[in-house]
Amino acid sequence: MNTTNFQVTTPQVETNTDFEVRSLDTMCVNESHLEHKWWHNLKYLVVGIAFGIVFVKAEIISWFRIQEMFRLQSFHMFGVIGSAVMVGVISVWLIRKFNIKTIYGETIEFHPKTFNKGQVIGGLLFGFGWAITGACPGPLFAQIGSGGLVVAITLLSATAGTWVYGLVREKLPH
Amino acid sequence: MLETILSPWPWYVAGPLIGLTVPILLIIGNKSFGISSSLRHACAACIPANIPFFKYDWKKEVWNLFFVTGILTGGFAAAYFLANPNPVEVHPKLAEELNTYGITDFSSMIPQQLFTFANLLTLKGFLMIVVGGFVVGFGTRYAGGCTSGHAIMGLSTLQWPSLVATCCFMIGGFITANLILPLILKL
Repeated sequence: MNTTNFQVTTPQVETNTDFEVRSLDTMCVNESHLEHKWWHNLKYLVVGIAFGIVFVKAEIISWFRIQEMFRLQSFHMFGVIGSAVMVGVISVWLIRKFNIKTIYGETIEFHPKTFNKGQVIGGLLFGFGWAITGACPGPLFAQIGSGGLVVAITLLSATAGTWVYGLVREKLPH
Repeated sequence: MLETILSPWPWYVAGPLIGLTVPILLIIGNKSFGISSSLRHACAACIPANIPFFKYDWKKEVWNLFFVTGILTGGFAAAYFLANPNPVEVHPKLAEELNTYGITDFSSMIPQQLFTFANLLTLKGFLMIVVGGFVVGFGTRYAGGCTSGHAIMGLSTLQWPSLVATCCFMIGGFITANLILPLILKL
């Protein structure tokens, strides 16, 4: 294990929540060190729209497709996730190999994820919720947009679940 | 042509498009693909309540909230302008099993006999909508990511903890769908 990634010797580490964010929960913490005006974020809105359309058109938001996946009755979801990962692996390999920069000229960074028990316990819990609601967090948003207004309750409840996790986190095994 | 766009897209079209989100987000702003963290940012922005887990500079992560707003908008666009006119195709075995629980309406991708406001007041509906949602939010954060952050972004960067997480998502899903969900649907 490479532990030198974290500068644990700096005095402000105790209060630096960004360190917390990075040590246990690296997902979605962005690597950019640049600051931009708010409208730069509209790029992500556009990517999100394209993504939402794919979610609906490929029926990834379908409760039935998720049930088929977990009953091994359809290859569809395995094909979607598998081919997405293949394209992702090749893309990341190309970015590293050719040292591709961002449109702002920044070097693209990857943050290593560290293992903790949460990936097992939390993972099993999420699997339970995924099979019941038929949606992981991304499709929840697309389901609401597509007219499933009651899913807004599921999303609010998921936000509450995230909040409660934050509340009891120190007491949970990691 | 239009018919091809309106009918459900096959996995070999959708999967690569989703995979391309990984390099696109990296190149347009050094962002790691992930969705469930948006819920954490929402907590940090609205109800941090002095909890250390929510005390961070959420404004730096606001791109993620734009991204999920886009997903919602895209969901709307696809459902209203590119809607598939036919009912959802369901595997005969699944249809047969669901029939035994009284689920016969396959007109929508979100089962209309399960996910309704009226059902919120029943034990079955409460378990599926409210408890299910709560566990999704709690579990993804405990695991440090969801299908996008772990299964796609994590595996794309060849991180073994993400492989562990992805396997656990699947194990949890298989057990629930085959052993626990039938009990809930019987309620």
